[in-house]
Amino acid sequence: MPTLFEKVRDRHVVTVRGDDVLLYVDRHLVHEVTSPQAFAGLSAAGRSVRRPGAMLAVPDHNVPTTPDRSVRIEDRGSREQIQALRENALGAGIALFDIDDPRQGIVHIIGPESGLVQPGITVVCGDSHTGTLGAFGAIAFGIGTSEVEHVLATQALWQKMPLQMRVVVTGTLRPFVTPKDVILAVIAEIGAAGGTGYALEFSGETLRRMSMEGRMTMCNMTIEAGARFGLIAPDEVTFAYLSGRPLAPPPSLWDAAVADWKTLPSDPDATWDREVALDASNLEPHVTWGTSPQDALPVGGVVPDPEKQEDPGERARMLRALEYMALSPGTRMTDIPVDKVFIGSCTNSRIEDLRAAAAVAKGRTVAPGVTALVVPGSGLVKRQAEEEGLDRVFLDAGFQWRLPGCSMCLGMNPDKLKPGERCASTSNRNFEGRQGPGGRTHLMSPAMAAAAAVSGRIADVREVAR
Amino acid sequence: MREKFLSLSTVGVPLDRVNVDTDAIIPARYLKTIKRTGLGEGLFFAWRYDMDGKERPDFPLNRPEFRGGEVLVAGENFGCGSSREHAVWALMDFGFRAVIAPSFSDIFHNNCLKNGMLPVTLPAAAVRSLIDALLAAPGGKIRVDLEGQTVTGPNGDIHAFGVASFAKTCLLEGLDEIALTLASAGELDRYERERKKATPWLFLDLPG
Ligand code: SF4
Repeated sequence: MPTLFEKVRDRHVVTVRGDDVLLYVDRHLVHEVTSPQAFAGLSAAGRSVRRPGAMLAVPDHNVPTTPDRSVRIEDRGSREQIQALRENALGAGIALFDIDDPRQGIVHIIGPESGLVQPGITVVCGDSHTGTLGAFGAIAFGIGTSEVEHVLATQALWQKMPLQMRVVVTGTLRPFVTPKDVILAVIAEIGAAGGTGYALEFSGETLRRMSMEGRMTMCNMTIEAGARFGLIAPDEVTFAYLSGRPLAPPPSLWDAAVADWKTLPSDPDATWDREVALDASNLEPHVTWGTSPQDALPVGGVVPDPEKQEDPGERARMLRALEYMALSPGTRMTDIPVDKVFIGSCTNSRIEDLRAAAAVAKGRTVAPGVTALVVPGSGLVKRQAEEEGLDRVFLDAGFQWRLPGCSMCLGMNPDKLKPGERCASTSNRNFEGRQGPGGRTHLMSPAMAAAAAVSGRIADVREVAR
Repeated sequence: MREKFLSLSTVGVPLDRVNVDTDAIIPARYLKTIKRTGLGEGLFFAWRYDMDGKERPDFPLNRPEFRGGEVLVAGENFGCGSSREHAVWALMDFGFRAVIAPSFSDIFHNNCLKNGMLPVTLPAAAVRSLIDALLAAPGGKIRVDLEGQTVTGPNGDIHAFGVASFAKTCLLEGLDEIALTLASAGELDRYERERKKATPWLFLDLPG
């Protein structure tokens, strides 16, 4: 009767101490921002990396997305962090997809793409969106830098057992309604802290029909509901995605691996601490109005009125959010103009996302005064998109076509909002200042972001594409 | 090496906001460092300073009555969002040693403990009363006693809190957790030998 999470956890217990288990870590992904202090701590203590062959390093947060990046990176701090990553990885014998490697990209995109993320594994990274990788039926979670150091030294982590939540999604998604809309609706339902302390498994027929790309979008944003872990049971879709990838089990071990993976799904009589059901058949494309991912509503809606909110704490929060976003209650979401459009990030920069955005962009033009960026999640996504001619579609429509990286998701590299600018973004966080100091973020799907780009305001993609 | 945490009696600093995310605690542009120190400069940057870089006089950290306070009292879901441990380093660099809130994000909570900073979870009503008391009489002191697991508010109100026993020992003694784990090296070796037989595909080295 165990859940998927419990099955994967049980096979990774090294030893137990009270409520904590020492959980073995199969794979460890490393990026330039959260690792330098960990490597420094390790060498200060005279320790070495226990299993460098289990790790993969990549620079993504700091890297500019313009072609001049291989010549020189202007910003000194970024340059130092990227150089430190290079030296630390080479010094320890850790595989590195460096800035000019065709496989470089956002850490949560390249892990699955290479085939190293597989059902039943434990995988960590010093990054809160590591839960993305749980889409393969893995225990995948974000950790802090001290924990990164701990994993470098021991290949394990002390963990408590989280509570178990199941979110069952049913119904067929209507045209232009995407996994991003489903996860925004889930977060709006359970709240930004609703998943704190939980591992959250998504199931139901809607998930079964979803591609791996869509499943990753769902699990990517579980942290936005407070849940450190998002999981989806592996199935034929998972196996087909993995088959033939460079770091997937080789042919000699493939059948044994698949047989093992088929034992992982939660038992039918598994018990859950909380269950949530969502009928997605009437779901509409969603957008956010505020400064928390839980502030999502259907695109046909209006900016909500804090005065109608009874809870004083929530009312104060909403008032602050409206002030920051410079919006007034009752404004139709589709009347909100945008300055920038960002299609990218580990939430929505895989090939399907780019195809969906290109389908809307095709034959249309970015509205005057709007700057629109398309940033593929990895060099391999970029190459595939170019083979499919998507880059031409975007360029012809007036979008910029960039090199892979985190880009405008977080305001840490040259791609950022200026104070007061408003952005339609396919990323995952609309926090104050997330995309640059004073910037204002509206989260949405790639198709919706493309619709906003060509409309110059938030728009219902179903009307734009008609 | 983590710092030891014993007890505190210090000015309480109220931050009456919910969902305080780690981007607000320390914006991304301050993360471009390979050190753990000096991050206090960027702490709550967008809330402490206006667009021209002038201090916002009404933000609690800027008010003279609250300066030097070492315990922050905030709303629910404190430390949500990005896993950046820099948020804890920034709070500590600025002088904070404890945060009291009705709830914390899981990652932030862990990050605190790894650095000798104490996250204290109290019921929402207790936190509300502490914030109200601090706002009504700024400069009021809060006492945090880890050994006895209590918080004493400025009005003498006492609130008990829970803390996992291992975390408590680590905090009180400033233990090096990696050294403790490495004491289980024999078990790690044994685990790896067994798993290598069961799932050999997970022990293929990742090629660069
Ligand atoms: S794309 Fe954004 S959310 Fe994803 S890893 Fe990069 S900064 Fe984090």
